[in-house]
Amino acid sequence: MKIRFWGVRGSIPFPGPNTITYGGNTTCIEVRTDANDLIILDAGSGIFPLAQTLFKELPLTCHIFITHTHWDHIQGLPFFIPTFIPGNTIHIHGAFDPINQGDLREVLSRQMEYCYFPVRETELKATIHYLTLRDRQVIKVGNATVSNLLMNHPVLNYAYRIDCNGKSICFTGDHEPLFNIYDPEDEDCDEYQSFMDQKNQGIIDFMRGVDVLIADTSYTRDEYPQKRGWGHGTYDSSIALARQIGARQLYFTHHEPTRSDRDLERVFQEALSRHPRQPGDPEFHLAQEGPVIEL
Amino acid sequence: MSELQQKLVKMVEQMPAFSKSVHQVLHLTADLNYSHKELVRIIDYDPVMTLKILKLVNSAYFGFARKVASINQAVVFLGMNTIKNLALSVATRGILPQLDRGGLHTGHFLTHSVGVATVAKMLARRLGATDREATDYFVAGLLHDFGKVVFSQFMPLEFQEAQRLAKERHCSLRIVERDLIGADHADIGSLLGEKWQLPPDLVLAIRHHHGDKDGQHDSPMLDCVNAANQITKLRGFGDSGSPIVEPLTPSAQARFGTDLEGLVASLGDLDREMKKAQVIIKL
Ligand SMILES: [Zn+2]
Ligand SMILES: [Zn+2]
Repeated sequence: MKIRFWGVRGSIPFPGPNTITYGGNTTCIEVRTDANDLIILDAGSGIFPLAQTLFKELPLTCHIFITHTHWDHIQGLPFFIPTFIPGNTIHIHGAFDPINQGDLREVLSRQMEYCYFPVRETELKATIHYLTLRDRQVIKVGNATVSNLLMNHPVLNYAYRIDCNGKSICFTGDHEPLFNIYDPEDEDCDEYQSFMDQKNQGIIDFMRGVDVLIADTSYTRDEYPQKRGWGHGTYDSSIALARQIGARQLYFTHHEPTRSDRDLERVFQEALSRHPRQPGDPEFHLAQEGPVIEL
Repeated sequence: MSELQQKLVKMVEQMPAFSKSVHQVLHLTADLNYSHKELVRIIDYDPVMTLKILKLVNSAYFGFARKVASINQAVVFLGMNTIKNLALSVATRGILPQLDRGGLHTGHFLTHSVGVATVAKMLARRLGATDREATDYFVAGLLHDFGKVVFSQFMPLEFQEAQRLAKERHCSLRIVERDLIGADHADIGSLLGEKWQLPPDLVLAIRHHHGDKDGQHDSPMLDCVNAANQITKLRGFGDSGSPIVEPLTPSAQARFGTDLEGLVASLGDLDREMKKAQVIIKL
């Protein structure tokens, strides 16, 4: 399999001289299976430059998996040019919206309503299949499988795990490690903890042994207390997760838009010095737009 | 007590209880930094709300292998924010009953109620109310016509006749209610509000939302509900069973410094707000 990041920022694209090394686009990850089937994880602004490389593959078939429907993970979708070209087939997967009781198609077509976008969802020329995923489904893409697990974020967010010929990748989407809402003296504290343990075990089982873990690492340890409950992880929480599941490689992503390339490398080094690599530890990397990662 | 009063009180007594938790959920979550465990506690204490949330969480949508049996567990599995939003939707929907018996179209009536609630809240913000205070205005708007629910429930035939006559004579429904029943929906709605132990300013806003006794009470909430009611009717959101739009009361007009048309114009595009608010009705 091959992986290429097309967007590594959280919240909003921030192109410019300060983000030129790691990139300024929001989340989009291209995954090629051994059979060269195309899987796209999230449709942030990075999906636009990705699309520019796909014209030589027309008619195109691709499989988009949306972790969740916050802007920074879907804002490139209306500009994904292959949807305008007849003959292409695009499969889009993601969670439903429990509050408005809408399936994935309804949620995504809202950003193509008249006020926001000149083309209506029904006018797209490609064949588009929407699949609203329940928790823990397994989708076949050629000889690969994609499975999903509900994580912890202000909206429903799925982690996706891709397995192909014994190699595996897992992307958390946006995820904040659970915390106990009760104080130790509260009656409900222990019960809540046991539910957390159960959920955490589910996450570990789901991700166990992946070759590559790509994890939401928005904040530093020091920034986190101000942002608790916002739904994102830290360098420290991502390292802890990678160690727990025995990943071989860990890619930190969802960089803060205001974090310059230099600051990014600084906080990365600080985290590594707090957690020196031990035998059996994964390799740690900052996710970066551009390079192709082979496994 | 007169015979009529006794009858009204009896009707009110047979109405289901207004769950306090609805009010509490709206109140607590108006603050962005609300306490998570406090929200869980409020939901836990309301079996109906708990049941509704768990029913959704255990629905095929999620397809959880294991049954989610408590709100704490639901929070862990779905996240606090999703549970908060579910609770808000369930809370608001929970106090809206079925009422086709008395000739009211449930959907249209609820659209009207939620519409008045939404506009009342917008007007409250304009008068400088905090998020928390604005929530009370929302509830007042939501409940202002609940006297009609009581009539639908216990005097369906009389109430149907009242609506028919109001349409025929093209006059306010409450005037026909007075002729026919001896009391109007604002009277009985406020009795219900007292039974539900709503805050006094809410009861006052329900009792006088049509502007009788205008000038006797200096209540921004009352003025907001009065104006919101007329705005919602003027813009044709839903149907309250009353065919005419009335001008603002003098005190509402003084408070907003403009008349009904001026106020509507200053609110801009209401359609979108209304569409958003209607989601509540679907749950
Ligand atoms: Zn994000
Ligand atoms: Zn997000």
